Amino acid sequence: MIPLIACDDIWKIYRIGDVEVQALRGLSVTIEQGEFVAIMGASGSGKSTLMNILGCLDQPTKGQYQLGGVEVGRLQPDQLAEIRNQKIGFVFQSFNLIARTSALENAQLPLFYRGLSLKKQRALASAALERVGLSGREHHTPTQLSGGQQQRVAIARALVTSPSLLLADEPTGNLDTQSSHEIMTILEGLNRDGITIILVTHEVDIAAHAAREIVIKDGQILSDRATQGRSQ
Amino acid sequence: MATFVWLTIVTALRILQRNRLRAGLTMLGIIIGVGAVIAMVSIGEGAKQVVHEQIASMGANVIIIWPSAANVGGVRGAQGSAIKLTVADAMDLKRKIPVLTETGWSKRDVLQIVNAHRNWNSSVMGVSPSFISIRDWSFSRGGSFTQADMDSATLVALLGQTVVDELFDPGEEPIGAVIRIKNVPLRVIGVLSPKGQNTYGQDQDDVVLIPFTTAERKVFGTLFLGSVQGIYASTERAEDVPEAVEYIREVMRSRHRLRSGQPDDFTVRTQVEITQVQEGTSETLTVMLMIIASVSLFVGGIGIMNILLVSVTERTREIGVRMAVGAKRLHIMMQFLIEAMTLSVVGGCMGVIFGILAARLTTVIAGWPTIISGDTVVTAFGFSLVVGLFFGLYPANKAARLNPIEALRYE
Repeated sequence: MIPLIACDDIWKIYRIGDVEVQALRGLSVTIEQGEFVAIMGASGSGKSTLMNILGCLDQPTKGQYQLGGVEVGRLQPDQLAEIRNQKIGFVFQSFNLIARTSALENAQLPLFYRGLSLKKQRALASAALERVGLSGREHHTPTQLSGGQQQRVAIARALVTSPSLLLADEPTGNLDTQSSHEIMTILEGLNRDGITIILVTHEVDIAAHAAREIVIKDGQILSDRATQGRSQ
Repeated sequence: MATFVWLTIVTALRILQRNRLRAGLTMLGIIIGVGAVIAMVSIGEGAKQVVHEQIASMGANVIIIWPSAANVGGVRGAQGSAIKLTVADAMDLKRKIPVLTETGWSKRDVLQIVNAHRNWNSSVMGVSPSFISIRDWSFSRGGSFTQADMDSATLVALLGQTVVDELFDPGEEPIGAVIRIKNVPLRVIGVLSPKGQNTYGQDQDDVVLIPFTTAERKVFGTLFLGSVQGIYASTERAEDVPEAVEYIREVMRSRHRLRSGQPDDFTVRTQVEITQVQEGTSETLTVMLMIIASVSLFVGGIGIMNILLVSVTERTREIGVRMAVGAKRLHIMMQFLIEAMTLSVVGGCMGVIFGILAARLTTVIAGWPTIISGDTVVTAFGFSLVVGLFFGLYPANKAARLNPIEALRYE
């Protein structure tokens, strides 16, 4: 079976003025369909850069990145947008919901760009909100929801397209313990249903929810091991 | 795609509603621009219509032939001073040029007209009956004289309203009364419908018409029998006038035995030329007003561009999120273009209402006629759309070219 993610010797080099910054230095990693992976590392370690590349928001300077067997390293911006829409769901630390827009419409957003009919968009978005336990709050705007609820809307938005990969960048970074726990429970549930989840965090107990933990340092993988936190 | 466009319009309207004051101020330029275009063009069209009506009152399909100025040993007289045109010319033109429906002729003198103890000086015209039909003169009372009156030089007269007012008491019946011109008694058989002033301020009702033969033989007297001051001709349609003018020139030159190189000894005038001059004036006015309106629309467009640039900056993160969930560059571009066009279209609609109100107010307050044509409204509205599209392009393109990572990170 083709791995979901296959990175082979990827480099990311920025040039800020005369200074050359090597954010990723020959990193290789393979992630199978259905895995729950935590990526850890200090700030400046290159984990955000890796995340952006895995999420097809950015492209490596050198090396190969195959997502579901498709080489995405040389695609055009609009082709990348298409892949993000079809295969990837994002959950951000700061939720990034669209302000003054209802939970339902926020969850509809990826479908909106797929050009589905409004009826279909609404049906799928309602189902996604139900899955994260927010049925009945479809017409609340972000300011009318708590942080945990906002993050759940964001998760609904990420999974409304039934993606094969869900990328969560510090999803609990802005939440209290109780909400964090709720969010992680939802993510675990999604993973059990077969969605591959990559979680970026620097909190050890959050990382413990994952089955595999990759530590990045200086743009390279420092360690890559299975955790005992959760049985496979 | 249709769903996308429709939902984007709904979203854009919601955003406008949220920022009502900001949107209103932004749209002000467009409102004033579109309103000005509609109001100005309405006033211009109204003025044009007045000119048209006045010219139509003279007959749009009328051709007038004057003799050129007399030239006696280098001393030139006034236009029409030469006695060159004749009744025979007029009749020959009718015979030789099929597009001419009628030809008429006239001879004019300013004379004293007497009714009982009153008198008045007015322009007395000896005319053929066809002259009256060519000029499309109608009667408020009585009727015209006939070819029979013409043949037998009957002593009858048709009075303009001004002459009636000067010679008769209010309520006195002019029809059947006998007036005298140069001591010749003439029975009044018709009163011409009032025409008011012409475009030059002349009173067109201050006139007495008598049969040409009566004028020539019994009232004016003449040196050359059959000489006329002006020949009038008409065509079926106004479009035939230029062609008819060419024929008239040819026939007249051959009748007057002019060799090539010799100048015409007559002048052909048409209402078309007069119309063009008049229309030219109001067109110049319209063009000037349009320039002012365009400047206003342009300023309005810059306003839209400015507010959209603000909007793009404010919503950078939102753009990043939209890109992350799969919006292509075209989607982002269209979102902002639609927002710009919504601003300009809503502004345009308000401008249309504002313009129509302004035009109506002008009519009510200043009493100027205004014409609001559908064409103007559609054009002005179309312009506002184009302005929105044009000035929306730059901000929309700027938004579409954002890097999703930087947009997501934007604080």
